[in-house]
Amino acid sequence: MEYQTVRTTCTYCGTGCGVLLEVLDGEVVGTLPQKDHPINEGKLCIKGWSAHEFIYADGRLTKPLIRKDGKLVEASWEEAVGLVAKKLLELKEKHGPDSLGCFSSAKCTNEENYLLQKIFRAVIGTNNVDHCARL
Amino acid sequence: MTNSVPELEDADCILITGSNTTSSHPLIASRIMKAKEKGAKVIVIDPRRTHIASLADIHVKQNLGSDVAWINGLMHIILKEGWQNQSFIDERTEGFEEVKKAVEGYTPEKVEEITGIPKETLREIAEIYAKSGASSIVYCMGITQHITGTDNVKSLANLAMLTGQIGRPSTGVNPLRGQNNVQGSTDMAAIPNKYPGYQDVTNEEIRKKFEKAWGGPLSPNVGLTVVEMINAIEEGKLKGLYILGENPLVSDPDSTHVEKALEDVEFLVVQDIFLTETAKKADVVLPGASFAEKDGTYTGTDRRFQKIRKAIEPLGEAKPDWEILCMVGKAMGSKGFDFPSPKEVFDELAELTPIYHGADYDRIEKEVIHWPCKDKDDPGSPYLHKDGFARGKGLFTPIEFKPPAELPDEEYPFQLTTGRLPFHYHTGTMTRVSPSLTHEVNEAYIELHPEDAKALDVKSGGRVRVSSRRGSIEVRVLVTTGINKGVAFIPFHFAEAAANRLTNAAALDPIAKIPEYKVCAIKIEKIDGREA
Repeated sequence: MEYQTVRTTCTYCGTGCGVLLEVLDGEVVGTLPQKDHPINEGKLCIKGWSAHEFIYADGRLTKPLIRKDGKLVEASWEEAVGLVAKKLLELKEKHGPDSLGCFSSAKCTNEENYLLQKIFRAVIGTNNVDHCARL
Repeated sequence: MTNSVPELEDADCILITGSNTTSSHPLIASRIMKAKEKGAKVIVIDPRRTHIASLADIHVKQNLGSDVAWINGLMHIILKEGWQNQSFIDERTEGFEEVKKAVEGYTPEKVEEITGIPKETLREIAEIYAKSGASSIVYCMGITQHITGTDNVKSLANLAMLTGQIGRPSTGVNPLRGQNNVQGSTDMAAIPNKYPGYQDVTNEEIRKKFEKAWGGPLSPNVGLTVVEMINAIEEGKLKGLYILGENPLVSDPDSTHVEKALEDVEFLVVQDIFLTETAKKADVVLPGASFAEKDGTYTGTDRRFQKIRKAIEPLGEAKPDWEILCMVGKAMGSKGFDFPSPKEVFDELAELTPIYHGADYDRIEKEVIHWPCKDKDDPGSPYLHKDGFARGKGLFTPIEFKPPAELPDEEYPFQLTTGRLPFHYHTGTMTRVSPSLTHEVNEAYIELHPEDAKALDVKSGGRVRVSSRRGSIEVRVLVTTGINKGVAFIPFHFAEAAANRLTNAAALDPIAKIPEYKVCAIKIEKIDGREA
């Protein structure tokens, strides 16, 4: 059996508590608070203590899906990403850059938010970029 | 936040408004309790007796949407008593005379009439806040989700400047961020009017810098917000929408309207870890990775850089979201998405973002750094506005009270407000599949005042139908004295009884475009008076 703890940051609210994910044989089995973290100093709330519980929940998406004949069916990454790129470029060509927009995510990392807005601003050419900060 | 979380502990007064801190930010609430143990006065102004309110030295329940009035009222009293910090006003601010004039009419009597806050209590709050050595204001969505959201925030800034309770440790105006990385995603310009680091898309010089960095022409026009994009779909202007890790079908106001827009849009891409209500409407669904399955950085509510680290491989064929976005960028023919890991993405974004410039990926591994951090030798900024405000002098803005957009009437006689529970998170996609959390609460309910419950002939556990001009849901009743008569509260986590079927999407703050989630008019009808 291989056990390790991985220092990371809780994914729930903006407080940013330091957590340790307990990993047993490649599976996350628990969440512990970091004792030396400047924010939470060894404590966590009920959501923090349970932060690993949703990782393996039923309904996690594990394959790309494409709508065919009205139904979402499994597809390869190549097919799904290819379709996204093709349709976005087609709509841009046909209706102009401002016919496209994105909702970025306050749950995703800085790098991911940067990349999505870069796709919409630099590749598509629109500032229709927002996220749920207001919601 | 203008100040950092640990500083709260050394405040002498903490004024909390529109934040259910113990529920939504428990580890910030525990700092506030530490401050209280050290002798700080804790004041809560909130329409509900939340847990933090029950622990406070003073709690008052203001009428929904009356915030500008009580803040102006505090300033009125402070000026009348001469408790303002005149040297701070003279040296650090401008526009004071206009605000002084604007608050003249907000006498304690008038404020009591608008807000329901007794004038003696208002005076007590004014004195404690103004006279304490270090007073900190803590607020959350109860302040911002109003048509007067911007006015409310500016009013709090007026109050802090009037008393010089800003620009020092343990003071400031401190919004608490609800999502782990809402600060970072805003910093990274997931907003329609800025480039990363709050640089204006309309500024030609800035735009040229980004055109050079990204290798192509950029739009000089401000884009659309979330709510405006939904409306643009209905107007036939927006044809394609890419949604990353959001569930607007549950989180956005007026879900019926959002649902129709997501069905009508020509092409919808959803990148998420779950097949959410929103993802079910998509043309393409891309499986992203949870926080345990990828590396990267978050920026906390107090502007602190934090790392997340990969603990396990993504499930099945899912991929880290940064990797998916690079694939999409490349598939669209762009050369700007060739990143081997998040570190190289961070290097690029920090280069273009002056407030992030000094925070390199390795440095934040070892040090606690709050932005702005302009170069490698800059230790960062736990608190802002030490020697001056970003614009030079702090600008006072005179603000007049305006009532909420939708007031109760004969047909819809109650006022509804919404919020979070300690056990759940936003639309519940993560928490409602967590056994420890669903064990606590797994159903929506409505909080009603005992007199209202009696008039409706319902008891706790009974069922009611709650309707607004937008929609209708069925929920159980929880009778509580923690809320004023005529006011009701529903937590918004539960898709099957979504509070946002009721909320008023059409009413937006004119500047921030934030919907007025926190006040709308409803009617309540009994289904079963008692628990079945």
